Amino acid sequence: MSEHQATSGVLDPLAHQFDDLEQQHEASYFGMWIFLATEIMFFGGMFAGYTIYRHEYFSAFEAGSRLLDWRFGAANTAVLICSSLTMALAVRAAQMGQRKALITFLLLTIVLGMAFLGIKFTFEWTRDWHEHIVPGINFAPQGETLKQLQDAKVALPHVELFMFFYFAMTGFHALHMIVGIGLLTVLTIMANQGRFSPQRFNPVEGSGLYWHFVDIVWIFLFPLLYLIGGTH
Amino acid sequence: MSGHIVPQKTYFTIFAILIGLTVLTTWVASVHIEPPWNTWVALAIAVCKATLVILFFMHVKYTSNLTRIAVVAGFFWLAILLTLTLSDILTRTWIPPSTAWQTTTVVSPR
Amino acid sequence: MSTTTLEPSIESRVHYLNVSYGIKSWLLTTDHKRIALLYLVSITLMFFVGGSAAVLMRLHLIEPTGALVEPETYNKLFSMHGIIMIFFFLIPSIPATLGNFLVPMMIGARDLAFPRVNLLSWYVYIVGALLTLSGIIAGGVDTGWTFYPPYSSNYSHTHVMLVAFGVFVSGFSSILTGFNFIVTIHKMRAPGLTWFRLPLFIWAMYATSVIQVLGTPVVAVTIALLALERLFHVGIFDPKLGGDPILFQHLFWFYSHPAVYIMILPGMGVVSELVTCFSRKRIFGYRIIAFSSVAIAVVGFLVWGHHMFVSGQSVYAGLIFSVLSFAVAIPSAIKVFNWTATLYKGSISYDAPMLYALGFIGLFTMGGVTGLFLASMAVDVHVHDTYFVIAHFHYIMVGGAVMAYLGGIHFWWPKITGRMYPDGWARFAALVIFVGFNLTFFPQYMLGYLGMPRRYAVYPPEFQVLNVMSSAGASILGIGYLIPLIYLTWSMRYGPLAGPNPWGAKGLEWQTPSPPPTENFEETPVVTEEAYAYSKEEA
Repeated sequence: MSEHQATSGVLDPLAHQFDDLEQQHEASYFGMWIFLATEIMFFGGMFAGYTIYRHEYFSAFEAGSRLLDWRFGAANTAVLICSSLTMALAVRAAQMGQRKALITFLLLTIVLGMAFLGIKFTFEWTRDWHEHIVPGINFAPQGETLKQLQDAKVALPHVELFMFFYFAMTGFHALHMIVGIGLLTVLTIMANQGRFSPQRFNPVEGSGLYWHFVDIVWIFLFPLLYLIGGTH
Repeated sequence: MSGHIVPQKTYFTIFAILIGLTVLTTWVASVHIEPPWNTWVALAIAVCKATLVILFFMHVKYTSNLTRIAVVAGFFWLAILLTLTLSDILTRTWIPPSTAWQTTTVVSPR
Repeated sequence: MSTTTLEPSIESRVHYLNVSYGIKSWLLTTDHKRIALLYLVSITLMFFVGGSAAVLMRLHLIEPTGALVEPETYNKLFSMHGIIMIFFFLIPSIPATLGNFLVPMMIGARDLAFPRVNLLSWYVYIVGALLTLSGIIAGGVDTGWTFYPPYSSNYSHTHVMLVAFGVFVSGFSSILTGFNFIVTIHKMRAPGLTWFRLPLFIWAMYATSVIQVLGTPVVAVTIALLALERLFHVGIFDPKLGGDPILFQHLFWFYSHPAVYIMILPGMGVVSELVTCFSRKRIFGYRIIAFSSVAIAVVGFLVWGHHMFVSGQSVYAGLIFSVLSFAVAIPSAIKVFNWTATLYKGSISYDAPMLYALGFIGLFTMGGVTGLFLASMAVDVHVHDTYFVIAHFHYIMVGGAVMAYLGGIHFWWPKITGRMYPDGWARFAALVIFVGFNLTFFPQYMLGYLGMPRRYAVYPPEFQVLNVMSSAGASILGIGYLIPLIYLTWSMRYGPLAGPNPWGAKGLEWQTPSPPPTENFEETPVVTEEAYAYSKEEA
């Protein structure tokens, strides 16, 4: 993007292909939503597969869901909602040109995002590994877990299918979170350098949209993966 | 659109509602509701939460109709995928597999 | 008719080609016109790679027992032909070359909305192409371009992961292009350029972009799931573990059917441009053609199950898909009627682009009506997985899309390069391609009807005559494709200089010099007239 000096010596925030800032902002916002539509379809494919197998093997999915700890799921949901709040506040700070607030809220969002990943990887996935319920890698339920599944009278391969969807969907979700944290880190550095202004904060807003979307995916994943079998 | 700044109070209110709905969905899961209604209730709550995030955190409430169409289109297309695929899955058993072949002599493979 | 005004010399004027030199200025460009040329070179290379696979296949099929390769190799050949031609040639062809070049110009903009994303899309395409080419060099895949499990996930010993990953990556190139066009067309039209004054090429590109954006992610996740299944054997598509192979087919075809509209809609847009210019007439039924493009994009998402009539899909779902597949033919037919009505009482000139457009109209129609045969379940049961299907889609993809692509390349060549190609050779090549194409693919309709299955390395001897005819046609077709490669390349250096508007066509892109300056327009144009405002005097 060519940047030419305005008379005051400040870098012109308007890219050369646009006629004015409003057009640039609208293009950026609308463009981000088009991209999010692609993400809806990407996750949607997995939701479709999940729906079909849940219909076919409901009891197995219920039993599989009971293998997950809903408390971690609920905690992570709360963490992500908090991070959406801080992200929205960050975008607001950028809109108002409040540099310090912007940086603070971005950092908070990053911390909350990492908390989410921390809970997921260290508490949930590690525990799943130890319980031998990771599909394709070490799926061989033992002891209490095995008894629980046998009592539910479900076929183990179907439970493995549930666990596959669990790992695939939360895995792709986590991947998107990691990308999001990367984006926010870059934004924080740019904010620190004073690169954003009320006329030019499109990257912050765009990343905000992305972040909220990843939150929405989790909003659906939580009940569909963790709460099928109820809480107990 | 770039001019519209949402008050902090709005954000905090929406945040509180979202947390409340999370508590609600978790509590509802502990109450026994006859399937498939438990699923529909959970999905309804999730849709409410997502709508709030979309309208307020993502500013769609304050944006143009064009963007709103784009948002709806994304979810609508997902609905197409789900509906037509389910039209296959749910109707597969409507015609039982044919057993006519069982009466003919089977040629064993070479 | 052609009014070439000679300019003193191209080099004395600064334009997008000579504004800067050196490989960095090309590899780091954000100019949509240069990116279009980067794509042009890349997809041409891929076309000839995919084409060589076809050459080998047609040579092999001269003999009923197979003349050239082992059956395992034959399986790899048809797989690679399909994968390369679909994902690396047809899908990007018009959008990424003509679309990239023309969309900003036709709407009076200086560039696309996101020029750096545009460059990124080309690099993503190259990465995908390199991955797939490495897969080919390492031995290719034998799963067919459709990658059906459980064969592709559990049994094939070929390089499924590598090639599938290449396809996965190339999908993102398609998404980025589509998303860029949608935003550009919505937000960056020149003053006075309302939606219903847009060239129909823009409507077609818009509809195509919607498909790219909404469909491609589904094939991406499908390939990802297939890869996970191949790596971990969790059973998502494996019946032995409770999985459903038809689920893969649903997810795969949800994209891959609309993908065929990605491949044909841009061609239809090109034909709309060509037919008006070379009949010197307003297009008949502008709004209906515009709406039909959108209708094809939308309804095209509702018909994918017609690829699965005999796979084990429920008959009731099949009924729904069959009816919807008949419906999707309607907007395409409307376009054909409208093009024909445009030709009627027009002042027609038979320049090479028009020959390609006329060829498109005829051949696409033939391909289209055979699509209706396939949409009807009772017929499909007999011709599914036979050469009938192959003939059907090649009539549309080659007789349709490729001819439209060539027509567009020839039409806009003077704008892109500032030079004219030799007209005689161009018309000759168009005729050679037309003859070669029909000789290649018409016998395949008959072969399929008579029962010859597709993807078979051997066939019963009674089919040999038709196969030899098809292979003879293929060699003519191959020569036909080589001729433009030669004279177009030649013309870049030795062709006569072309003025801003050698065809006397309407459209904003013809209001700029040839080749255009980097920013396209000295001043943003203001549009006051309808599209295709050819007056009676010009006829």
